[in-house]
Amino acid sequence: MENIFGFISPSILSQILVGLSRTVILFIVSSGLTLILGVLRIPNVAHGSLYMIGAFMAYTVSHLFGGGNTGFWMALILAPLGVAALSFLAERSLFQFLYEREHLMLLLLTFALSLVFGDLVKLIWGAEYRSVPVPSIFQGYINLFGGLPFPIYSFFLLVMGPVIAILLWLLTNKTRIGKISRAAAVDRDMVGAVGINVNWVFAIVFVIGCLLAGLGGVLVAPTVSVTLGMDHTLIMEAFLIVIMGGLGNVWGALLGALIFGLTQSLGILIWPQFGIVFPYIAVVVVLIFRPTGILKSTW
Amino acid sequence: MAGSFFRTKSLWVIIGLVILFLFPVFLDRFYIYLAAIILLTGLCATSLNFVLGYGGAFQFHHAVFYGVGAYSAALMVLKSGLSPWLGFVVGPSVAAILGFIIGLICVRLSKLYFGMLQISLGSLVWAIVYRWYSFTGGDDGIHGIPLPDIISSPNGAYYFTLIVTSVSMFILYRMIKSPFGSALQGIRDNPVRSEMIGVNVRQQQLLALTIAGFFGGVAGSLFVVVDNTVFPDMMFWTVSLELVIMCLLGGWLSFLGPIVGAAIIVILRTYVSGVTVYWALVLGIIMMLVIFFLPNGVLGYLDRFMKKKVRAR
Repeated sequence: MENIFGFISPSILSQILVGLSRTVILFIVSSGLTLILGVLRIPNVAHGSLYMIGAFMAYTVSHLFGGGNTGFWMALILAPLGVAALSFLAERSLFQFLYEREHLMLLLLTFALSLVFGDLVKLIWGAEYRSVPVPSIFQGYINLFGGLPFPIYSFFLLVMGPVIAILLWLLTNKTRIGKISRAAAVDRDMVGAVGINVNWVFAIVFVIGCLLAGLGGVLVAPTVSVTLGMDHTLIMEAFLIVIMGGLGNVWGALLGALIFGLTQSLGILIWPQFGIVFPYIAVVVVLIFRPTGILKSTW
Repeated sequence: MAGSFFRTKSLWVIIGLVILFLFPVFLDRFYIYLAAIILLTGLCATSLNFVLGYGGAFQFHHAVFYGVGAYSAALMVLKSGLSPWLGFVVGPSVAAILGFIIGLICVRLSKLYFGMLQISLGSLVWAIVYRWYSFTGGDDGIHGIPLPDIISSPNGAYYFTLIVTSVSMFILYRMIKSPFGSALQGIRDNPVRSEMIGVNVRQQQLLALTIAGFFGGVAGSLFVVVDNTVFPDMMFWTVSLELVIMCLLGGWLSFLGPIVGAAIIVILRTYVSGVTVYWALVLGIIMMLVIFFLPNGVLGYLDRFMKKKVRAR
């Protein structure tokens, strides 16, 4: 069983699986970001903070319900909804007045918001590391390809990825709000002119995008230590993924997440100390050859 | 422009410089340090504004040049065994070269793509500095960098910072007022038209990015003089956005705006951090207020205010 797939050794294969489960998280978060970018044209730096808040809410909810299986499932439902409620408040109180402002101002405003969110998290949950237990049905490892242990929870993530992707496809292509939002991404004035309240469409899309950030935070919570600062790395990665895939393109986000996740996990195998640089190099290479991203941007 | 506000400009500048020069006579050691930090941060913000406000380029990761300038200077002083003064030449030069390389890759892209690719490349540099323990000291950074005697005292460091900052600011000011500066502002306002009337847009922008990188590196080298340390978080991307805020807060359409913004932010950070750990919360709220109510910055507001007064008369 040493080399079942010819030249691909088991360690590479398990690293690919690790990369894919990372891809799922990156995809869920950056698809929300790209949705907001495509329809509302807001480069939302606070997206990372919502991811972090999602993870912290997951911690609170799962401990409220005793930390077992119910805790996890309740967290999976309640925490993204909490994040969605928070983002709804932010949209109604701040963003709706700023849609016409230039991107730089929006970027700075959302950065300001991320600073505020970051400190609010510090205020509510403190600066210590928190951990969310892996639910008992996903605990343990299974042996892959002759003895490489792979956590079952990561398999759960690998299933969640396609589920979310299909749901997003259904949402954008088969529902009324999806169609309106795609139209608004192309020409918001026209959508307004045919009698649709663009303001509310924007609010709904914003909330859905942020809900995805929260969901990403909940799903990642059992695999990492939940802590302050987890927003900073993630928002950078999510932005690079979105840029790499094409602004506003959900499938671009999927492709970008795939490239990012795989270069990250395989890079560590190639050069342990500097594995972190490989995804960035991938972004640079992609943008040199395709300056507006791999897939078509809605901008 | 701040020009209409400061009627007799050069007189004000000389008075300002004399006051700054006299600071060590009547101020405490701590305030001297604070003033030096304000000066070098202001220089860094001004060099950013050179491409952001005047050039219209989304330079979102300017702190990388600041950090690379500081690291190059520090490593040169520490490891080369050559004259420490050489470090202050090498630091900005390396930053300028980096500015050129990053500019070369980014300059073809428009607005937000430009900014994001720059953040990506900057984060790459940050990641390398952060991980390269054997050379850069990793996340510990480098402490206790030996400096020439004349600038190792607080006053010496202050005067060195003051002189270098003034000279750099003067050079930047002359550049903005030169034909090159006009071309840059033309590109900002209408790149297509600039191209049509014969401005080599890419080349001019690249030159501006290199210059901005250089002066960012100068500011970084000054930080080595004032603080004696370097650490990787100097070039984390949040620092870059803080620099952008300084430009916005002071007003990026006026030359002195960024330095005013830097002064406000540095002073606030120093005092607010003394009272509470929630500095970021305060900064975030200030930023939101500025974006909502002062989109042209403090100097832009003052400028308009003065103009109204003049007209009323």
